[in-house]
Amino acid sequence: MKAEFTAEELDFQNEVKTFLNDAFPAEYREKVDANVRLSKDELVNWQKILFKKGWAAPSWPKEYGGTGWSQVQKYIFATEMGLIGAPEPIPFGMKMVAPIIMAYGTDEQKARFLPDILESNVWWCQGYSEPNSGSDLASLKTSAVRDGDHYIVNGAKTWNTYGQYADWIFCLVRTDTTAKKQEGISFLLIDMHSPGISLKPIVLIDGHPEVNEVFFDDVRVPVENLIGEENKGWTYAKVLLTHERTGISGVPRGKKRLSSLKRIASETDDGFGSSMMENDAFKNKIASLEIDLEAIEYAELRTLASVSAGKAPGPESSILKIVGTELAQRIDEAFVELAAYHCLPFVPDQFEDGFQGDYISPGNSASAALTYFNNRKATIYGGSNEIQRNIICKAVLGL
Amino acid sequence: MDFSYTEVQQMLQDSVKKFVVKNYDFDTRSKIIDSDSGYSEENWKLFAELGWLTVPFSEEDGGLGGSAVDLMVMMEEFGKANLVEPYLPSVVLSGCLISELATGEVKGEILEKLVGGDLQLAFAAAESGSRFNSAKVATTAESNGNNVVINGKKIAVLNGSNADELLVVARESGGESDADGISIFLVNPSTPGITIRPFTNIDGQKSSEIDFNEVTVASSTRLGEKGNALAAIERVTDKAIVGISAEAVGVLETLLQKTVEYSKTRKQFGTVIGTFQALQHRMADMFIECQLARSIVVMAAMKLDSSSGQREKTKAVSAAKSRVGKAIRKVSQEAVQIHGGIGVTNELDVGHYFKRATALEIMFGNTDYHVERFASL
Repeated sequence: MKAEFTAEELDFQNEVKTFLNDAFPAEYREKVDANVRLSKDELVNWQKILFKKGWAAPSWPKEYGGTGWSQVQKYIFATEMGLIGAPEPIPFGMKMVAPIIMAYGTDEQKARFLPDILESNVWWCQGYSEPNSGSDLASLKTSAVRDGDHYIVNGAKTWNTYGQYADWIFCLVRTDTTAKKQEGISFLLIDMHSPGISLKPIVLIDGHPEVNEVFFDDVRVPVENLIGEENKGWTYAKVLLTHERTGISGVPRGKKRLSSLKRIASETDDGFGSSMMENDAFKNKIASLEIDLEAIEYAELRTLASVSAGKAPGPESSILKIVGTELAQRIDEAFVELAAYHCLPFVPDQFEDGFQGDYISPGNSASAALTYFNNRKATIYGGSNEIQRNIICKAVLGL
Repeated sequence: MDFSYTEVQQMLQDSVKKFVVKNYDFDTRSKIIDSDSGYSEENWKLFAELGWLTVPFSEEDGGLGGSAVDLMVMMEEFGKANLVEPYLPSVVLSGCLISELATGEVKGEILEKLVGGDLQLAFAAAESGSRFNSAKVATTAESNGNNVVINGKKIAVLNGSNADELLVVARESGGESDADGISIFLVNPSTPGITIRPFTNIDGQKSSEIDFNEVTVASSTRLGEKGNALAAIERVTDKAIVGISAEAVGVLETLLQKTVEYSKTRKQFGTVIGTFQALQHRMADMFIECQLARSIVVMAAMKLDSSSGQREKTKAVSAAKSRVGKAIRKVSQEAVQIHGGIGVTNELDVGHYFKRATALEIMFGNTDYHVERFASL
């Protein structure tokens, strides 16, 4: 048993570190460190920088412009990205729809969509959940009815992240209402600029309109935008959901946040002449977060080793999703405890690009509660943690 | 043994319930938050008419009697409504400090206006470096003839931008954390040298940061004896803690009730989600947490009303605040999780109760702080 990287892997790690240090714009890094949201243009620009280096799509096969990296190299890259706070690729195009197009799309569809995803020329969003279909996704009702060379799409999707930026949406739609619920679903790509599509922003409890409801009112979609076979969409989506769940443990980001938690704790007065880093209860809390993070890191490394050895990622991704998101939420809570009164002001504008007004609360302490609120979503999205536990019960424990 | 409410307490509870049903739905509350002052003056007048503003004061001060149990009964209902009117800063904190420290005409005049609904007050105590320690006061008040000159920065001043008068905690002597040397001054917010930065808190309540830069006021604005205000501040804060802990119980019970209702109507996988045992047990745990939170708040309120010594009272208050804090985490997080995506949106009231609960856990010391305080006593 050994957990060390090989000499080649260490060289690669150095190369990644050096590149990211130079290439990730200092201005973006400052914003990330101050919890200021990067704008759409900045996110796209960062992707384009990675694209120029040839590192835009670590998870893609080489033939489509991917890096051809080993599992370990991908892991090293993701870790180094997380440690400096560089944003991951917007997942919807790169990690969600692209693998489906590669696996089930026609050559024409691949040529039409993949290069623009790789270069970040188009922004994709997801059209899965519906107001009445959340954890029970297969009960979705948005319909696509064939009319000559088109489908006519009607219905509503929800929890659509950053649809306001999107050029395209990939949707699960019902093409057969008579079949068993999983069997009448198709996978359709829809141009967001099509007539009949409208968006209603949903403001989350942190004050940010991060998600939308998307309404389809007689939207005409050319049949050539269907992926794979009609009524096979559920099978494709299940594969995609597994992709959504990998890399979700967030260990590097957790490490970065813990180190900033420690730094802030050492600068925060405990009210009795010491710092919060010298407060026993708080110190123990940080230690226990660190210990859990280490356990998750090794769980992830073991998964990585088994995937490298050619095994498909299985229920391990469910473990990583559960523990990763729940640990991240505990770190959120620690930031709230540390900020105390300083995170009571509700000032989300201070963490938007270009804020000009008076700053309330020192540093970015006022963002602690906002992050805590926003990140409650992490145990709900991507297959809620309840659904993940069901998967473990069924797939691992045989219950 | 008898834990039932007195007739007066029952009437108080009924009167808040009635007001909330009639005047305080989710949309009305949202509109109040969006207004400049962040509270409804009309409601405030009504509170005065209904006698709610007299609850924390003794009969000799023109109040209902000042029992912590009365306050608990009322503030629990405030929690159920997620009320944003500045009852805590104006009446409980500032009013009780006036009642404890002020004397003679000043006291009579202020309390009369306060319970009549004609006065807004704010308590400027917390500072960046003080965290939850009331004795840590870096703001200074230096004597200069018949005046004092105040310098310092206050944070988390609830109702600061609405207040007609500010109760400002400042140090007149001693080191930064000494128990002696702390005074409270009644300061008009339009006095030169005062800068108020108002904002809305995560729970919709109006708050502010206030800077005092060479603020000169008459020495006669001091409430009570020079340098001797800490004990009163601690007693009043303890009473306020019982009040907001009761409020938290109201918030949590509402979250529980809303979650159970939702689980009985939300269908997934062909059935309502309330039939899933994985969720049922968690709602049972939420119920248990609510019961424990309620019980310990009752204990603390009764203790404050008893003839127990100060140490025992303080211990009871820390026990209540820390135990309620644990319940806040558990119940409010589960309520959001069981609601799913809709629970993290502004559209549903659940998210707003969640945010109120979060604020209540922090105020006057979070769970860890009060566990430590309990252990140290």
